[in-house]
Amino acid sequence: MFSAHRLAAVLLKEFVQMRRDRLTFAMMLGIPLLQLVLFGYAINMDPKNLPAAVVIADPGVFTRSLVRSLENTGYFTVVAQPATVEEADRMLARGEVQFVLQVPEDFSRRLQRGDGAMVLVEADATDPAATSNALAALNQIAATGLDHDLTGPLAGRKAGPAPFEVRVHRRYNPEGVTQYNIVPGLMGVVLTMTMVMMTSIAMTRERERGTMENLLATPVRPLEVMLGKIVPYIVVGYVQVFVILLAARFLFDVPMLGSIALLSAVLILYIAALLAIGFTFSTLARNQMQAMQMTMFFFLPSILLSGFMFPFRGMPQWAQDLGQVLPLTHFLRIVRGIMLKGGSYADIADSVWPLALILVAVSAVALKRYQRTLD
Amino acid sequence: MSANGAIAIEVQNLTKRFGERTVVDNFSMKVPAGQIYGFLGPNGSGKTTTIRMICGLLTPDAGSGIVLGHDIARDSELIKRQVGYMTQKFSLYEDLSIEENLDFVARMYGVHDRRRRVDEALEGLGLQSRRKQLSGTLSGGWKQRLALAACLIHDPKLLLLDEPTAGVDPSARRDFWDHIHQLAHAGITVLVSTHYMDEAERCHAIAYIAYGKLLAHGTLREVIDQAALSTWEVDGERVMEVAAALRAMPAVEMVAPFGNTLHVSGTDAGKLAAAVKSVRSGGITVRQVDPTLEDVFIHMMRGLDSAARPVAPERD
Repeated sequence: MFSAHRLAAVLLKEFVQMRRDRLTFAMMLGIPLLQLVLFGYAINMDPKNLPAAVVIADPGVFTRSLVRSLENTGYFTVVAQPATVEEADRMLARGEVQFVLQVPEDFSRRLQRGDGAMVLVEADATDPAATSNALAALNQIAATGLDHDLTGPLAGRKAGPAPFEVRVHRRYNPEGVTQYNIVPGLMGVVLTMTMVMMTSIAMTRERERGTMENLLATPVRPLEVMLGKIVPYIVVGYVQVFVILLAARFLFDVPMLGSIALLSAVLILYIAALLAIGFTFSTLARNQMQAMQMTMFFFLPSILLSGFMFPFRGMPQWAQDLGQVLPLTHFLRIVRGIMLKGGSYADIADSVWPLALILVAVSAVALKRYQRTLD
Repeated sequence: MSANGAIAIEVQNLTKRFGERTVVDNFSMKVPAGQIYGFLGPNGSGKTTTIRMICGLLTPDAGSGIVLGHDIARDSELIKRQVGYMTQKFSLYEDLSIEENLDFVARMYGVHDRRRRVDEALEGLGLQSRRKQLSGTLSGGWKQRLALAACLIHDPKLLLLDEPTAGVDPSARRDFWDHIHQLAHAGITVLVSTHYMDEAERCHAIAYIAYGKLLAHGTLREVIDQAALSTWEVDGERVMEVAAALRAMPAVEMVAPFGNTLHVSGTDAGKLAAAVKSVRSGGITVRQVDPTLEDVFIHMMRGLDSAARPVAPERD
């Protein structure tokens, strides 16, 4: 028979236990609210003000108008005017700019003559979603962007076909295949999830099972414990990467333009940084449940604010700053840079040192938090 | 007893507070090398906390200590190398086999000739054939023996045993204590906490602590004598009815039933004798006996109870 008394007893006990575990309670109520506000304001599917470089071979009035109307769309911010196309391409490869606009030297002449004037826009299409709206806006520029300057004998050109053509090159991912972007990114996401989770329970498990006391009674030093607990998962991490790379190649046909050796070398920094974060969680959490909650709390912003799911440059500045703290943000740039852009170390260096910095900072916190006593 | 009179543990004015609660209060103690020193006291009296401070697992809030010639505040690293600490709860890895646990501990201490030492330990335990068995599947008695073997594998000079025989059957307890005596004979100092009075009697010296304070210490005889307690045994039918009458008498401080007899104790020997004799009748006989350690401890506890003191919850 169903007993309301027994149900009440269980219910009451659950509420008492829920209330007693303050951290869990706070996480259940506070964190969803925090995340709602954080992600609600941070995520933007329609990124504006994307950095662009312009290479101008024809410094005429039409070019100036073109650049102005480009910026007026709101999607582009001209951040550099490199002298050569090579220099501009390098900026694109490093991810410093998302677009390169090339205005050929015969642009004005051909425009005036109505002789097939065109400009070239190279877009970093590693993340197709991040560039699609901006590219759509370009057609509008071709049609009406120069209307103001089409005066006198050229006024008649406002109507009819666009006075010039915008030729778009989707670099690195010409067909806009989502997998090209997602699969390398998933490598970072999978590592974030598993590496942090596995180490976050490392110390809490010792504490919960009572083996911590025995461990502390031995002469073992914190660094020995930390390295001993981290190194096995570095191996696990590499196995995961190997499997994902195989899948990327044979299931999804994602290109591997860069050096696998370079990727493998940089991976150790990324994996170690994640493991150090997990280890820090495990020195903070009192039980495995809390460690898991901390992992989740870290995981969500990692996928939402890193540029994995939503365009990084679409987020407000404060959210981008927050994203810089997450290892995944930098790893995404590295893995896309190497796999899709065939980047060399010089191209990804700007994303490598932040990983090293995160690793050092988090390890310092972990070692400081590691308690050598039961106090 | 140590021949040269060396001191293995000497702590002075040790104090440990957890928040508002003082768990160990101004505690001082001296343990000569090679002795088996019993640590007695009720639950929550600070025995575990004191042991943990001695082996560097907790930092004292005040006081100082020298263990095996090293300062407990400064050189806990050096102390840990020479101390074997057996925790109250089984703290080896339940998901490692017996052999793997021993091997792990041996590596931790950098034991020379590790393989041989692990084999010897397995042999000593009589567990060679079960070396691959997971520790978690062992019974309580075997876990205790494994834990002892693990904390002996690096040849410690000092053993700290925190209620090592809790939940262990009498025969295993006897074996355990025989082993402890052999170790002490070989020169190892043993500090062992226990709730069992028969185990206290097997120690060379004992210390009784309650609510973080040292109440008595010395040999068994000395502790009993210091209490200056006199005890009578009341025997006969329906002693429980007599017990109620005795409890009402001012000279009687304590009445404890032991099967069909009562132990009646008090500090005023003369008045107690008169009181006890007054209940003597046809079915009831009385005779004076030596107070047991338990009589003495309960007497000391009562003495404290009458003074105001906080209730200390047990801390793991």
